[in-house]
Amino acid sequence: MSESISPDVTVDSRGAACPGPLMDLIGKVQDADPGTVIELQTSDSGSKGDVPEWVEEAGHELLDTVEHDDYWSLYVETTK
Amino acid sequence: MTERIVIVGGGTGGTVLANRLTERLEPEIDSGDVEVVLINDGEKQFYKPAYLYVPFGKKDVSEASKPIRDLIPRAVDFRVDRVERVDTDRKRVTLASGGGLSYDQLVLATGANLAPENTPGLVEGGHHFYGPEGAEALREELAEFREGHIVLSVIGVPHMCPAAPVEFTLMVDDWLRKRGLREDVEITYTYPIQRAHGLQSIADWVTPIFEERDVNLETFFNVQEVDPDAQVLETMEGKEMEYDLLVGIPPHEGSDLVREAGLGDDGWVAVDQHTLEAEHAEDVYAIGDAADIPTSKAGSVAHYAAGTVAARIASDVRGEIPTASFDGKTVCFIETGMDEATFVSFDYGSEPTMREPSKPIHWSKLGYNESYWLTARGLI
Repeated sequence: MSESISPDVTVDSRGAACPGPLMDLIGKVQDADPGTVIELQTSDSGSKGDVPEWVEEAGHELLDTVEHDDYWSLYVETTK
Repeated sequence: MTERIVIVGGGTGGTVLANRLTERLEPEIDSGDVEVVLINDGEKQFYKPAYLYVPFGKKDVSEASKPIRDLIPRAVDFRVDRVERVDTDRKRVTLASGGGLSYDQLVLATGANLAPENTPGLVEGGHHFYGPEGAEALREELAEFREGHIVLSVIGVPHMCPAAPVEFTLMVDDWLRKRGLREDVEITYTYPIQRAHGLQSIADWVTPIFEERDVNLETFFNVQEVDPDAQVLETMEGKEMEYDLLVGIPPHEGSDLVREAGLGDDGWVAVDQHTLEAEHAEDVYAIGDAADIPTSKAGSVAHYAAGTVAARIASDVRGEIPTASFDGKTVCFIETGMDEATFVSFDYGSEPTMREPSKPIHWSKLGYNESYWLTARGLI
């Protein structure tokens, strides 16, 4: 499935330490229209926990998490 | 031909760098082979950490500034002007006063700007202590505050002085207790992520302190809008919170100059975190809050980063291979009340060790605040 997700916006937070990637995502979600698919690229393994937690809290949808060689892509769709 | 080093920004990073460069390159400057130009859009430097004390009547904003000319050697060509454009291909900056200035090495130390207007209603409905007018207005408000709900909300991340929101919360708690008003005041601290602070160890340390001192903690709290009439905060997570006095850490922005020069999409300069060299241009560095590096936007970072860049530029000028490297060193004092404090020290990838707060550390912080101007002059 992940191969077929084409994000509207890509946020490259690779190299940033926690909570940088989550804050980068929150900033983009704030500016995004409902239905926007955002790819968050992160090399911080903590993002795999705190990003889904926030996405659920804020009522958006985590579409997928894809592991690459040295980073992860988390795909989030905004719902509001 | 004279090699020109241009520093943009006369904050902590800019003046420490000007001092360190003139020290390292004294023979070259004396012989006219090198010149150091520092450009700032005002005569003065402002020591922002002092503003934390203003709302409690412990400092006056007039104590928080000094003329930049007094902080740098005579050998530095100091210009009060505003850089409006950076052309990294032609290696030239455009000045507001007209004309331009070419550079051989450029260092951007342009800091961070407050952008409270990015959150609807915040300007009208909130207070802060991140600037002189804000700190003075908050002092007036606090002086008259007798009962109700004080909310300290961290609205913008990243922000300057990462410990200051925690400090303010613990200080206002203590200040109200000492004035016999704490029983009539509810205090809430909010933070955007799932814990009380970006650094795990500070979050783990302060959470039980908040509990002990009856400070409410709200996490995953990202303020989207402030309703100044109803005095309500609304968040991206769909929460609402009423307040009587809002102290909001405003969103911060990088510089349009950086964005327009193609040096960083968000206004922070994309740099190598160790060499502090810009990723998108040659012979351009960034230090302090302007640099997009994975550590805090704190004065100590600007101070230590300036030392690294001075060493690298001096090596480069002399035809040596620069080896100085920045390890992300960050040092912050943390006030835990009106008369006790602790401090943290960490670098890239490491978490600080928390120490028991004490009166001597508080006195050290006050002492450092007084001697800060020696830091700005590159002396400590």
